[in-house]
Parts: sequence; C-alpha cells; structure tokens
Amino acid sequence: MAKRRMDRRSFLGQSLAMGCSLAASPVLTPVSFAATGGDNRLVVIILRGGLDGLDLLRPVGAELLRLRPTLAASQPSGMETAGGAMLNPACAPLWPLWQAGELEFVQAVSTPYRRKRSHFDGQDLLEAGTSDLESGGVRDGWLNRMLRHMPNTEMQTAYAIGADPMLLSRGEMPVQTWSPDVNFVLSSQGARLMQLTMERDPEMSHAMMRAMSMVDGSEAGGIVETDNQNMMSELNDMMDAQMRPKGAGAAKAHVRVAEFAADQLRDDARVACFSLGGWDTHAQQAKKLRKPLEHLSDSLLTLKARLGPAWGTTTVVAMTEFGRTVAENGTRGTDHGTGGAMILAGGALKGGRVLGRWPGLAEADLYERRDLMPTDDVRRYAAWAIRESFGLSRAALEQDVFPGVTLGDNPSLLA
Amino acid sequence: MTFDPGLAQTRFGYGRSPEVAGPQSVDQMMALLRGPDLAAERFPVLSAELVSLKAKDLAQKRKVFAKAKGGTDAKDTAKEHYMQGRQQARLDAVAWTGAELARRVWTKDAFRERLTAFWADHFPAPGKTLFYRFTAPAYVNSAIRPHVMGKFEDMLISAVLSPQMLHYLDQVYSVGPNSTFAKQRGKGVRGLNENLAREVLELHTLGVDGAYTQQDVRQLAELLTGLTAGIGIETRYRTKRSEPGSETILGKEYQTRRSQMSDIHEVLRDLARHPDTARHIARKIAVHFVSDTPDIALVDVLERRFLETEGDLGAVTEALLRHPAAWHTHGDGVGNFKQPEMFVSSALRALTVPPDRLMQVTEKQLHRYFTAPLRKMGQPWRAPLGPDGFEEADTHWLSPQGLGARLQWALGAPAAVVPDLPDPRDFVITTLGEEAPASVRFAAKAAENRREGIALVLMSPAFQRV
Repeated sequence: MAKRRMDRRSFLGQSLAMGCSLAASPVLTPVSFAATGGDNRLVVIILRGGLDGLDLLRPVGAELLRLRPTLAASQPSGMETAGGAMLNPACAPLWPLWQAGELEFVQAVSTPYRRKRSHFDGQDLLEAGTSDLESGGVRDGWLNRMLRHMPNTEMQTAYAIGADPMLLSRGEMPVQTWSPDVNFVLSSQGARLMQLTMERDPEMSHAMMRAMSMVDGSEAGGIVETDNQNMMSELNDMMDAQMRPKGAGAAKAHVRVAEFAADQLRDDARVACFSLGGWDTHAQQAKKLRKPLEHLSDSLLTLKARLGPAWGTTTVVAMTEFGRTVAENGTRGTDHGTGGAMILAGGALKGGRVLGRWPGLAEADLYERRDLMPTDDVRRYAAWAIRESFGLSRAALEQDVFPGVTLGDNPSLLA
Repeated sequence: MTFDPGLAQTRFGYGRSPEVAGPQSVDQMMALLRGPDLAAERFPVLSAELVSLKAKDLAQKRKVFAKAKGGTDAKDTAKEHYMQGRQQARLDAVAWTGAELARRVWTKDAFRERLTAFWADHFPAPGKTLFYRFTAPAYVNSAIRPHVMGKFEDMLISAVLSPQMLHYLDQVYSVGPNSTFAKQRGKGVRGLNENLAREVLELHTLGVDGAYTQQDVRQLAELLTGLTAGIGIETRYRTKRSEPGSETILGKEYQTRRSQMSDIHEVLRDLARHPDTARHIARKIAVHFVSDTPDIALVDVLERRFLETEGDLGAVTEALLRHPAAWHTHGDGVGNFKQPEMFVSSALRALTVPPDRLMQVTEKQLHRYFTAPLRKMGQPWRAPLGPDGFEEADTHWLSPQGLGARLQWALGAPAAVVPDLPDPRDFVITTLGEEAPASVRFAAKAAENRREGIALVLMSPAFQRV
C-alpha cells in the first residue's frame, strides 16, 4: 500500500517544533484518574431498531414453537443460560464471556413507552430517559445529565462515538464526540500551512490539532511526509479514497468505534456511548438478525481485548427502544413490540445471570395480546449500573437522571 | 459602517462566487428580497400538490402490499409496485436537495436562501416516518419559504398547522378527553398530547423565558384538539375530537361558543404578536446572523420593529441590514462560525459547481459529497435531534470531529464536484476577497498541490468565520 512508502511523522512533534504550545492546550492536558473520581468505566450501547429479546434468549418449550413456527424451529444452540433459555447461535463468540461471569441479561424490560411503537419516539424516550414524551420539553439525554452528578467531570471524561449525533449524550455537560469515520491525509507541508492560517485563532487551532492527533493514529489517514511528485499523486488517490464511504475497512466501522472507545477508556475517559443498528427485523429474521448480533459480539469482544486490565472495572449496558411481537409475522420476521431484553457485559459484573421477572407467553400474559409484557423498567437497571459504578445518589438518579424512575431493590450488578 | 460588499455575501448569503456578483447596497439586497423568487423559478422543485399526490399514492401502494395474501403473485406484484414507489420517492428527494443546492450556489438573492434555512430551522419538522421524510422538503418550500418576507403570524400558522408539523409533534394523536370522539370510543382511546402546544409556546413564539405557565400549555393543548391531517391529507378540523368548552391562554378566553378552526388561528396570531415573541425572535435573528453575543442595541431595534409592524419579517430583516452593528467585523470581536451546511454550501458556491451537475445529482453523489459528510460534521441535513433545531453556539461546532470532517471534505470533495479545480492563488481571492489574510494567500501559494491549496482556503478562519 502506498501509505507505507511514505514517512509518517507525528503532527504533535511537528507542531511543537513549530513553537506551537500544544502541551498547554486544555484539550490535550491529561486528566488524572483521581480527578474523575475513580477507576470504574461505563459504556452505553444503543441498539437502534428494536432488538428481539425472545430471539436473543430463546425460551425453550412448546409455547415458543407455537408462536414462532420457523424462528424457533432451529436446533437449540446448547448455550443454556440461567432459567433455561438458549442464547442465539450467532452469539457463540460471547459464550466465553458468559462462562467467565462477564455477561448478564435482563429479560422482559422496557422503557415506559407504550402503544405507538414508533422507532423515532421509542429511541427519543430511551435516550431522554424520561417517563413520557407527551409533555415534551426535554432537550438533553440521561447520559449527559448523569455527568453533572459526577465529581470533576473534565473534557475527557465522556465520549460519544460515531457519525450520528446522539440525544443520549446531548446537554450542558461537555461530551467529546469523535467518529473513526473522520479521516484525512494531509501532507506535512499542508499541516504546517494550516497551522499558519489558524495561528491567530486559538479555538479553531486547538480543535484542528486535536482532530489531527486523532487521525494521525489511525490506519488509513494522518499526516504524511512527501518529497516528490509521485508521492503527491498517491496523496491525491488517498484523498479520493477518504470520500468513499464504502472504502477499505468500512465494513468494520463498528469495530473501529469499539477500538476507539476502548482506547479512550483505557486512558482518561470513564464514560463512552455509541449505537449499533440493524435490529429492525420485520422479515427473514433468522438471517437478518445474524449480522447485528455479530456486530454486537465484535463490539464487546473488541472492548474486552483492547481495554486489557481496565475491562475488569468496566460495565457495558446495551439497550434498545422496544422488543418485538411474540408471534412471528407472515414474512418470517417480527413486528414492533414492547417488552424486550437488556444486555450487560464487562469484567466489573457479577455476571452469569438472567435478571428480571418472566411474565410468560400465554396469550393472557401478553401486553395487548401481542407483545412480551414488560415486568420492569429498563431505566432502573441502567440507574443501578450508574449508582454502583459512580456512586450517584438515589435522589439524583430518580429525580434528575431518570425522572420518575423508582430505583427499588439493588439488583447488585457489580461484583 | 452600514454596508460592506464582502460581509453582504458571507454573513448574509452563501459566500462569494467568482461568477455571481454580490449586492452593492442594502437597497439592492432589499429589492431582491422584495422581488420575485427568481432562484425558485430557475431551479424548480415538485409542486406541493404533486408531492402530496405522490405521498398518497405511495401510502396506497403500501396498503395494497400489506393486505395482499402472502405467497401469492398478487403479493409479489404489490411488493414490486410499492418498492418502485419508494425508490421514486428517494430519487425525488435527491433531486429536491440538488435544486436547493443549485439555488444556494447560483442565486443573486442569497439572503433569501439563508432566511429560508433560518426559518426552516426555527420550525423544524423532519419526517418521523418514511412518508414524512418524503414530504419534508416540500414543507420547507411551501410552508416556510413564501413567508420569509411576510408576516411572522402567517408563517407560524402555515408551519404549525401543516400536516408535517402536526405529525412531527404528535398533534394528530391528540384527542380531547371529554370529546364526542373519546366518549364514543370509550376506554383505550388516546387522550391529550401536549407536545405541539408546549413547543409552540416555548420554541416557536414566546421562548423558554416567556410569560407562560404549565396551565397555558395545557389549555393550548386542549384548544388544539380537533386538528387532524394525514399522508397527502390536508389539515382539517374535526369538532368531534375537540375538547368541549372554552380555553384560557395568557389570560384570554378562546372558543367561547363552539369549537372551530378560527380560534386556533386567533390564538396563534395573538402569540405571534406577543412582546415576548418579539424579544425571542429578535434575539434569535441577531444571534444567528451576527454573533452569539449580539449587540443589545441591535436586538432592541429588531424587537421594536417586530412590535411596531406586528411581526412584519420584511421590516425586521431590513432593520437588521440597516443597523451598523450588523456590519461589525471580526476586528470588532463580532461574527459567527459557519454551521456545517453553510460551510459546504458556501464552498460549493466558491467552486461554482455547474447548475446541471447540481440539478442532475445522483443519489450516490449526494450521499458521498453532501449528506454523509454533513452527518459527520454533526449536522444531518435538515434533521436536528429535536424540535429546538440545531445549536447556535459557535463552541458547539468548533469540535475536533466537526473540524476533522470539514477537512476531510475540503480535501476530497472539491476535486470530485467540479470539472477542474481552480488555481488556489486565484481561488483565495475570489473566495476571500481582496482582504484575504496574508497567511492564507501564502498558504494557497505554498501548498504542494491544488487540492491542499483549495482545502487550506476553505479551512481558513477567514472562510469559516463570518
């Protein structure tokens, strides 16, 4: 590849050589662990589209087969979780986590969202963390509100990762955003000239420098030394490639997101969030659900591998806007439902459990005779994960982070 | 100073163009604004009627598909029709965005485009479903654009009562708890939904600090019950869904005799003329077009003009252009950092992307060079996270990700969207004017290749701060 023939140089070194005081830049000054109030880490993954909890954790028995003649027909995976449900075969890579006590599920949970089953509203409510949308007026997300109760939240404490702006992290507290899809190649000469044009604009200069230092560590982008015309034409090709969304590595975008999250969390960040799509399986679900489940597995395993020892103090919370219909539809898929599943992972967990009260699948047990009845509020588990990780008070969680939620008994998520 | 030909283009337009002359006076800017909408004539889009017809047709196709019995030929045919309809809807949306960009790149009357964008973001209503995403551009074109020089109350009524907004803020689901409709349906029928009422008061008119209470929100929500609309179905008033009895909003009683649409118009007109609305709108205009911390005297003048004219937006716009504070420069510590859609649009204008390239843009090109990059820059095209629109604060946009994504675009996109890249040494002058800073001129000259030269000009503070 062209890149290797070029001599890369760190932009950071360069700007220092240019007399630019990068070390004094507030955005690059490391925040000490003590300043953020501890070693625990929280990752929130929003599963956009409505994960089918009943296909993630398949209850064994005739009831499910009656409701899902094709979806429940395949051979049980053999990965039997507490309570007897079988883990979806596509989650096989996650089985070692379960065995190690680093994976846990909550069944039959949902947000307070009911009846309309719209992705848009369901996701808004999930990320706003409120009890309803009808009264309107909520502009920020629960993850951002959580930050204002954490001691000494600094610039580097929280990251929202990925191309899409997220309501979850929006609000008054500073949250760093970065998408590993942001990538460019610039000659070192170009980088120097850009510094020159931004010399009198410290705000722009700092943000640009930070962007350059992020990209310089990436696979396909960064600042390159060029010393002849051949290299310039290669540079042109690389710039073209950066505009192609389906370019090299695009398929693994979710892995790059997880890698970036892990790198930040290993460093000074203590909170990260991102989203994974593809869960809206209205048709051919047996096939369509495989990919998002694989992406979720990749993300969790990437976090674990890349976090190293820090995985031991990490809790990952994956939640979705709603579950899906209990019965399969006419196109071997499922439609928007209500009760669903939550996934917890991380070395900080007690693990190896399926939490939540099982409501049953008999018609009378269902919500509106079609959906799994939610028996608990998914926000309650997120709240406990926060409380155990960062020590937030009950009052802060019940009144501000998740207004209207009742924390109730401690599910003791962390080991 | 009361006029500057450079700022007239950069602050009150989509930047300089090497081929379109900028206005030479405030009089000329006002004459263009008060004249016919030439850009819309030159770069036409589908009529609102046709869009609505097409949406209705697509809804019908979906219904046929959903109802057809599985496994039959009829099902396959219906699916094919529905999929073709969706594909056409996508292509219509692509063509629409192409035309909007062509207007921004080639118009002489660029302030009209900026005003349209500003008001579209004051009344955002991105579709929540496929159908409403399809009708979103038509909403901006027909409910917002014709009113940018008209009365604020007319724009308020047209935006708030459009099917697009009624769906976006859930008014279509709101039913008076004691209405005939609720009584007939009995248990299980949906009740009152306050969403639209709250946003009208908080975002569209009085502002979050305005003189309203939760009681006013509730009363306005009750007054708004009865409004319905649908896919391709014009807004109507259904008395059966309306909450019976009168409602009191900000101390005035409405619907004293019977429930009717005219009371909804009346309350919206009253809210539009309220002093708090004048203050809210005046400040928002000054912040958006001039600075995050605008001159108080400027805000005062805009507010006064709004009140004197009962919300004549043409008069308010003229007051803005005639105020010296609107022409203060960065030297005076005044100015804004361009939002991403303005950054990209003004770059396309500086590059003079040919009109036919924009009008005939393909779905792939639009995705690659416009919608996907805008998303990365933090501003998905016309789709803010909530009904409060995009952030105004410069600090929000000055993020590493935002700037990184802009640089990625500036290095990669220009070479793809124009046949030949201009010489950076010329480009720096056509884009930044004779007042281009020496450092940017030097960078344009010293760049190792054209692409970087162009990117350095587009990334410069002189281009991004206006």
